[in-house]
Amino acid sequence: MTVETKLALTEQDIRSFSEGKQEPTWMTDLRLQAFGELETLSLPKPDKTKIINWNFTEFPTHTVESSVFASLDELPEEVKVLVNAEEQKNIYIQHNNTPAFVSLSEDLKAKGVILTDIYTAMREHSELVQKYFMTDGVKVHEHKLTALHAALLNGGVFVYVPKNVIVEAPIQVIYLHDDQTASLFNHTLLVAEQNSVVTYVENYLSTVDHADGLANIVAEVIAKDNAKVTFGTVDVLAEGFTTYVNRRGVTGRDAVLEWALGMMNDSDTISENTTHLVGDNSEGRVKMVVVGRGKQKQNFTTQVIHWGKQTEGHILKHGVMKDEASSIFNGIGKIEFGATKANAVQESRVLMLSEKARGDANPILLIDEDDVTAGHAASVGRVDPLQLYYLMSRGISQHEAERLVIHGFLAPVVNELPIEGVKKQLTEVIERKVR
Amino acid sequence: MSTLVIKDLHVAIDGKEILKGVNLTINTNEIHAVMGPNGTGKSTLASAIMGHPKYEVTSGSIELDGENVLEMAVDERAKAGLFLGMQYPSEITGVTNADFLRSAINSRREEGDEISLMKFIRELDKKMEFLEMDLDMAQRYLNEGFSGGEKKRNEILQLMMLKPKFAILDEIDSGLDIDALKVVSSGINEMRGEGFGSLIITHYQRLLDYITPDHVHIMMQGRIVKSGGAELAHKLEAEGYEWIKEELGIEDETVGQEA
Repeated sequence: MTVETKLALTEQDIRSFSEGKQEPTWMTDLRLQAFGELETLSLPKPDKTKIINWNFTEFPTHTVESSVFASLDELPEEVKVLVNAEEQKNIYIQHNNTPAFVSLSEDLKAKGVILTDIYTAMREHSELVQKYFMTDGVKVHEHKLTALHAALLNGGVFVYVPKNVIVEAPIQVIYLHDDQTASLFNHTLLVAEQNSVVTYVENYLSTVDHADGLANIVAEVIAKDNAKVTFGTVDVLAEGFTTYVNRRGVTGRDAVLEWALGMMNDSDTISENTTHLVGDNSEGRVKMVVVGRGKQKQNFTTQVIHWGKQTEGHILKHGVMKDEASSIFNGIGKIEFGATKANAVQESRVLMLSEKARGDANPILLIDEDDVTAGHAASVGRVDPLQLYYLMSRGISQHEAERLVIHGFLAPVVNELPIEGVKKQLTEVIERKVR
Repeated sequence: MSTLVIKDLHVAIDGKEILKGVNLTINTNEIHAVMGPNGTGKSTLASAIMGHPKYEVTSGSIELDGENVLEMAVDERAKAGLFLGMQYPSEITGVTNADFLRSAINSRREEGDEISLMKFIRELDKKMEFLEMDLDMAQRYLNEGFSGGEKKRNEILQLMMLKPKFAILDEIDSGLDIDALKVVSSGINEMRGEGFGSLIITHYQRLLDYITPDHVHIMMQGRIVKSGGAELAHKLEAEGYEWIKEELGIEDETVGQEA
């Protein structure tokens, strides 16, 4: 069976959109080529979730115009709380599809750090962007959704940290969604050159209860030799979106890439997070928390692929499912031939809060090399009645005891988030979702 | 003065009757020790008083100052003044010892009247020092990775912070070396006084060298078969349980073995 792609846009629409943004020719060509391949490419096949009937192609409108923010004071309250205006000098805010605010400290500018919306980046740093955009990380032709992303890209950010530069304060990016008709085809491209250090946190925040659009999001992280990148996210996208999110990293020799992913969407979501440990002695560490509620269906596939020798891959995922939510947690540790002394470790735990909730943790180890170590642990269960009994025996109410256990269960990831406002937000979102 | 009255208590687990009519009255300002060999129902008594979900009270009553304890949820029992120092305390990831204790203290106070953070920390530090605990333990996750001895000290720390009317201490001495035993005992002795009563469950006399009980009870076959003063514990130390079994005509003291 072929799936019809009922795309309302034509090739000409794409061409004029690209030209309207004054994109370099390579990008216009890339979009058009991707568009041309949509018909022949098939959907990805996330293990254990059938997405053939999900809507990934129909949406009300490609781009919406939203206001820009002249200063951080103009931010809506929900966004203001995420930003410490006193301290946060490195920040990009996108309002639906509109680049709405950007600021980067003079110091970092002087050192050659780039923080800008993706369109500006393509205009002003065309060669640099072209070198990394959907080349080493996510490929355009992987499947229908990556091609769709490339063809329809309508936002995103470019972060570039030159060789030997240490960015001390975190870089914060907020994708604000407050227009029900908006669709998000955002692309985050983060390149950390040799020996650089950067911490980056992105927030997807819906402040409307319902979305009619699509979210097809890609983030690529290139950590060159001996770079250290910490990539944090808190995704809080509204119910109604069909969300496809693909976050992928590639590490050079001795590089360290750490992910702290707070997946708090209310939408149906397919999430892929892959780390290619290419350079010898590089490390990839993934920590992810998920809360599912309502009738949400989600699939989280986390892969660490070991190519280099002595590479270290760790995956830790904790999910809480309530109501009738269902989630699949696929954890894949893959060790390629030649990646001697690699170590692939993973742990997935799912806590179910109701009878109808479903959670499935699938640890998968694929190993083509003998001289390696690997391990996995997975569990799906309910709140332990003996833990509740213990807490209640000290006077704590059942409700509060459950709250403590759930927060405790998610704490290992929450505590990893490097920006205080975002950590607090994640805690509050969890609070709201598990109530 | 407060009084905990247990009358003709029958308790079953998974349909099997373990306690077969326990009668016991404890007042504040009294320390009672319940002794007996393994498998005679001592821990069941402790769990039933606190309301462990697996233990079913099939008949009898427990009253605290005339209030029916059996009708209370576990947290209500705690707020009414009961405390159980557990033999196997749960480990709870992600919840720090300090946060947990503060929640427990605040659960006893009205909203808006929560304990101030400074006061809480002062009090916690003081008690931890008393119990010779590493102050870092306040920020560690509740009981996670604690050694057996650390867990027991942590139970006594909770006791001292929460100041219940009645503390039931279920084999609080098991797995403790002599130094830890002394510290734990001094914690309990510190609590001793007008507003505090305790039911100490142990099968070793050892603990009672440090805490002199006012009353000693022997459990066998799910009942209290003999009661006396501190001297009874000394006699057990010297002579074991055989003489009691002979005196009462019991052949096998464990539950389910009738004479």
